[in-house]
Amino acid sequence: MIEMQGVYKTYPNGVTALNGLDVRIQQGEFVYVVGPSGAGKSTFTKLIFREEKPSKGSIHINDLDLAAMKERRIPKLRRNIGVVYQDFRLLPRLTVYENVAFALEVIEERPAEIKTRVMDVLEQVRLKNKARFIPDELSGGEQQRVSIARAIANRPRILIADEPTGNLDPETSWEIMHILEEINQTGTTILMATHNREVVNRVRKRVIAIEDGVIVRDERRGDYGYED
Amino acid sequence: MSVGGITAMKIRTIGRHLREGRKSVFRNGWMTVSAIGATTTTLLLVGVFLAVMLNLNQFANSIENDIEVRVFIERTADESQVEQLGEDIEAINEVASVEYSSKDEELEGLVDSLGDEGKAFELFDQTNPLNDVFVIDPSSPSAADSIASDVRELEFVDEVDYGEEVVQRIFTFNEYARTIGLVLIIGLIFTAIFLISNTVRITIVARRKEIGIMKLVGATNAFIRWPFFIEGMLLGLLGSIIPVAAVTGGYYYLYYHLRDSINFDFVQLLPFNPFIWQLSGLILAIGVFIGIWGSVMSVRKFLKV
Repeated sequence: MIEMQGVYKTYPNGVTALNGLDVRIQQGEFVYVVGPSGAGKSTFTKLIFREEKPSKGSIHINDLDLAAMKERRIPKLRRNIGVVYQDFRLLPRLTVYENVAFALEVIEERPAEIKTRVMDVLEQVRLKNKARFIPDELSGGEQQRVSIARAIANRPRILIADEPTGNLDPETSWEIMHILEEINQTGTTILMATHNREVVNRVRKRVIAIEDGVIVRDERRGDYGYED
Repeated sequence: MSVGGITAMKIRTIGRHLREGRKSVFRNGWMTVSAIGATTTTLLLVGVFLAVMLNLNQFANSIENDIEVRVFIERTADESQVEQLGEDIEAINEVASVEYSSKDEELEGLVDSLGDEGKAFELFDQTNPLNDVFVIDPSSPSAADSIASDVRELEFVDEVDYGEEVVQRIFTFNEYARTIGLVLIIGLIFTAIFLISNTVRITIVARRKEIGIMKLVGATNAFIRWPFFIEGMLLGLLGSIIPVAAVTGGYYYLYYHLRDSINFDFVQLLPFNPFIWQLSGLILAIGVFIGIWGSVMSVRKFLKV
């Protein structure tokens, strides 16, 4: 469960990104976070995996109190949260297999476990046959699938996707959505910040709209609601 | 999700860090060469300074320890007065021991020390012009001065001599040599640390993306830091190879060959073995210290979010 109460975030340069945000997301939900650029969507997601600290307010992820959490506990938190970005962030010199395995190696997973787990998640994103390719040899959608595979390799309880379809054509976007839904069905909470009205309107889920740092709309099966 | 082993380092992890650190050293070609070059130069100079300083120290110590205060007794003093003087001297603080040496013994010593030329003094055998002497061994070399001034106050003392000028000069010279040497060594060490930290910083920048992903998926800071730590250590180790070889070779030559051709009788060089092992160990330790400190300095800045 993700719970935020009265969360404010002001950056050192004086920009206020969040202005008293309250939200509660149950385990296993699929949530779209929408809103204009600069509304605070990114800051909202970054607070969850402690890339940013709130200036004020409380954040709880399951039983962890993020405001009181010590610096050295951050790795433990992040092992419970997968993150996917618009620009994939793959290591260009490593193969698909190695990119996914890397995420498990650096948290010191057992080698035997790494092997089976990497192949499992590659199968889940339907890229088992491209395990030996390097990212440059793949299409954008395939690269995003690799980054999703990497994000879920550690079996996180929460998956955060920041504009996962931002760089992809409509057809590829459906592919990604399909995979995210499958992951959601295994009980993983999915939080997806997006500008893709097509996707939000067709695959109806809970929609949280953020404007000027506050939630202006929160609907169980909402639509995108903005004119582009 | 394995959170249990987050702090304890596993054996296979050590292997990984070693591999990554080594890879970095090779991948950064010229930067590595320049960092090693800087370390090599530093350690060469540090090694030579250390060898000179430690020998100077030893030389000064041996001279200092030879310091004795000679008290020339007035020729008019009779036996009981001399005895009283001896007791008074012994009562002075910092006097370790006092020895009486009669004028005949003094003359004998003088004749002996001058060899053939001294034979001329044998003529004085009958009418010895020297004084009887108390030879004081001070408890520490620096106490000679205060002992001398205390003794001058006593009766039946003709003259006190402990080679003030020489002693003072050795003290000052030694002091200067030590200070200058230390300042130079520390300055050089910091230069090398700076150069290594720059090299490692470039390595880090090159791996920024990798580090970002490591942090994202929950690698600990310690895990991220280790390869850089090892890289710094390797740079330091590689930088000490030439200095250790050069200092060892140079000292060997000085100790076993040059020593015979120059008259080094009055300078006792520290014996090659074990001195050279201690010196090499010291150079290696400084090299590793420079490397590790340099790398830790640049990583620390980078890991802070």
